[in-house]
Amino acid sequence: MKLTGAQALIKSLEMQGVEVIFGLPGGAILPVYDPIIDSPIRHILVRHEQGAGHMAEGYAQVTNRPGVAMVTSGPAATNIVTPLANAYMDSTPMVVITGQVATSSIGTDAFQEADTTGITMSITKHNWLITDAAEIPEVVAEAFHVATNGRPGPVLIDVPKDVSNQMMDWYWPDAVDLPGFKPTTKGHPRSIQAAARMIKEARRPVLYVGGGVIRAGASRALLTLAEKTGIPVVTTLMARGAFPDSHPLCLGMPGMHGNYSAVTAMQKSDLLVTLGARFDDRVTGKLSGFAPEAKVIHVDIDPAELSKIRHADIPIVGDVRSVIEDLIEALDKGEAGEMVQADLAPWISRIREWQKLYPLSYDRDGSGNGLKPQYVIETLSSLTPEGSILASGVGQHQMWASQYWRFDHPNAWVNSGGLGTMGYAVPASIGAKVGRPDKVVWAVDGDGCFQMTAQELVTASAERIPVKIALLNNAYLGMVRQWQEMFYDQRYSEVYLSPDLPDYVKWAEAMGCVALRVEAPEEVAPAIEKANDINDRPVVIEFRIDSGEKVYPMVPAGASNDEIVLGPSYGGAR
Amino acid sequence: MTNIGPSIVPMSLPGGRSSRGVSLHVLSVLVENRAGVLARVAQLFSRRGYNIYSLAVAPTDDERFSRLTVVVDLESAPLEQITKQLHKLINVIKITEIDPVDAVEQELLLAVVAADVSSRGQILELVGIFGAKVLDVGLERLTLALADTPEKLDDFTELIKVFGLIEVQRSGRVALAKLNRGGGRGGISRGKAS
Ligand SMILES: Cc1ncc(C[n+]2csc(CCOP(=O)(O)OP(=O)(O)O)c2C)c(N)n1
Ligand SMILES: [Mg+2]
Repeated sequence: MKLTGAQALIKSLEMQGVEVIFGLPGGAILPVYDPIIDSPIRHILVRHEQGAGHMAEGYAQVTNRPGVAMVTSGPAATNIVTPLANAYMDSTPMVVITGQVATSSIGTDAFQEADTTGITMSITKHNWLITDAAEIPEVVAEAFHVATNGRPGPVLIDVPKDVSNQMMDWYWPDAVDLPGFKPTTKGHPRSIQAAARMIKEARRPVLYVGGGVIRAGASRALLTLAEKTGIPVVTTLMARGAFPDSHPLCLGMPGMHGNYSAVTAMQKSDLLVTLGARFDDRVTGKLSGFAPEAKVIHVDIDPAELSKIRHADIPIVGDVRSVIEDLIEALDKGEAGEMVQADLAPWISRIREWQKLYPLSYDRDGSGNGLKPQYVIETLSSLTPEGSILASGVGQHQMWASQYWRFDHPNAWVNSGGLGTMGYAVPASIGAKVGRPDKVVWAVDGDGCFQMTAQELVTASAERIPVKIALLNNAYLGMVRQWQEMFYDQRYSEVYLSPDLPDYVKWAEAMGCVALRVEAPEEVAPAIEKANDINDRPVVIEFRIDSGEKVYPMVPAGASNDEIVLGPSYGGAR
Repeated sequence: MTNIGPSIVPMSLPGGRSSRGVSLHVLSVLVENRAGVLARVAQLFSRRGYNIYSLAVAPTDDERFSRLTVVVDLESAPLEQITKQLHKLINVIKITEIDPVDAVEQELLLAVVAADVSSRGQILELVGIFGAKVLDVGLERLTLALADTPEKLDDFTELIKVFGLIEVQRSGRVALAKLNRGGGRGGISRGKAS
């Protein structure tokens, strides 16, 4: 069967089981947009290519399947650089297809030419510039293989226009053969035995759980491990929901804005069982002061993460689900089985004490000049059906969302952790809703973030994707304001945004959304209930929140986690 | 004035010798012979802040593969991180770590040296001693070539410098592990973990 390169590309995506492409056409990708008309694959037309990329990420974060985005060359390719960098940081599987100028024009500074593979080299797992249409099926198969195997991540395929028009003989490769890509998935049995022994001997162990547990679908295995050993669990920003917040062993989020008990349990721990986490500086604080007495078992599918930041006493390369399962078996029998688990009761009771003394807290009936953002999120969490999905932007609202939403399920938290990309929430929530139309999808967004990507609500309205946005309007680039207040003597430099410019309600309505503004505490719940009942279009609720509210606890940048500050609701003291 | 070759091959280090100590390590990297592979390796080093001391690239006997011989400066990063990050490149097939102590190394030097009638004889004497070659003869200059270990190249450069070096090019070293005769450690080969 003879096909054009463009037809072969779309057919290859069909062969991969792709159900949706987020994209926007243009000159160099034009040939590929023609066969989309005849394809069962749904195409969602975005308003900005950054939106396409974040939608693909949101889709992937809730489905664990690769998101697909397609854009043209030059400025469109550069517009999708941010999502690629974001997906690379958060290990999100994504396949981006870019158009490119014709092969004969490459290198001539042709119209809309950009060195896309060069630009994206360090923010993709791999990228391909196709030079012959015959390569297309093979490269597509390789691209999906690379994006989803080993540590997941983004890949990019750059397709010159003449290659899209070139005829080729259709085939589909039976298998992918990449001699340089053979991820180890099975943990080494001897290391697993040693880890089991170390776990049984530990007196103050903590399961330090990162986003890898979600990517690997290891939540159930983790639950078994935690319950079998009785070891408490911390879930990083990327891992919220990997272990249920409602479980008695869950200590919540560690790190710069983590729970006191999560941060302190790690600090005092004698063993960090590190599962798909990477000792990010936002978790460790000052490295030399981080968990000084802890030994480290580190499980990761990416060998380069082991001992990159913190020395691993027992490094284990492997798929974290498979390793946890093997670990459970090793704890049950094997040589480690001859020992019994050390008594963790004193450790747990110490932790319970911290939990009792220093829970997350805020000034509930404070006399600020607006709603308490924490109250908004708590109410949102309690009124929204179990298992709903929450997306978030980047800033204070993200931290409040992570602290006050109750996460009980994996793949239900869609946020930008590693790169911290403002504007992530709106497009990512749209992608999430496309991936899980059966779920209620809320996004918590900041006024600053919203202004970066709000136009994708036009996409959502046009495509009838009923996401719900809780816009926490504090009239500021709040997180930056917080730092200026705390560390720059309250000298506020370029952080004020205004509460009513733009008029968010009018703007949202103009984009086809139902829009509500909430200013009083008693309006919060009714507005959320109303939004939850709307299922045919997007909803935006603008909550006017207290501009002065800060995120606590906080470990100041560069400080050790021992210097955690609990905030004013503790009267300034610990 | 010595004209330094590619900037990644620092020629005239203080004392006129390469600072070839414990901090240098040779990696012999087998890569797929595809467009852009060198860029990927170079970008990885620059992005992660690893220092390349020298780099040589050439196809192997199997046309599907090329071999990069990279001399890395371990002051910038631990060797283990460098090799692990290199392995993450899809086009990297195999990395052999060669401790300089256990390596046979060769490098090529081309040098243009001022050689008037009075000095020409002494220069040719050095050429003889080092087993170098005269590639080109001008009225007042000679172009010399020497293929030997990097240290020998350093020594040779040092000695002919007194006559007036006009230009120097070095290739960067290529290396292979010493053959095992029972005692030596040889190179540690790391294929992709599998
Ligand atoms: C693209 C981008 N630009 C700048 C920043 C730096 N930054 C981090 S949080 C923040 C403020 C976000 O403001 P807003 O969306 O209103 O959230 P808030 O902190 O007020 O809740 C800024 C500017 C960033 N993370 N991303
Ligand atoms: Mg704000």
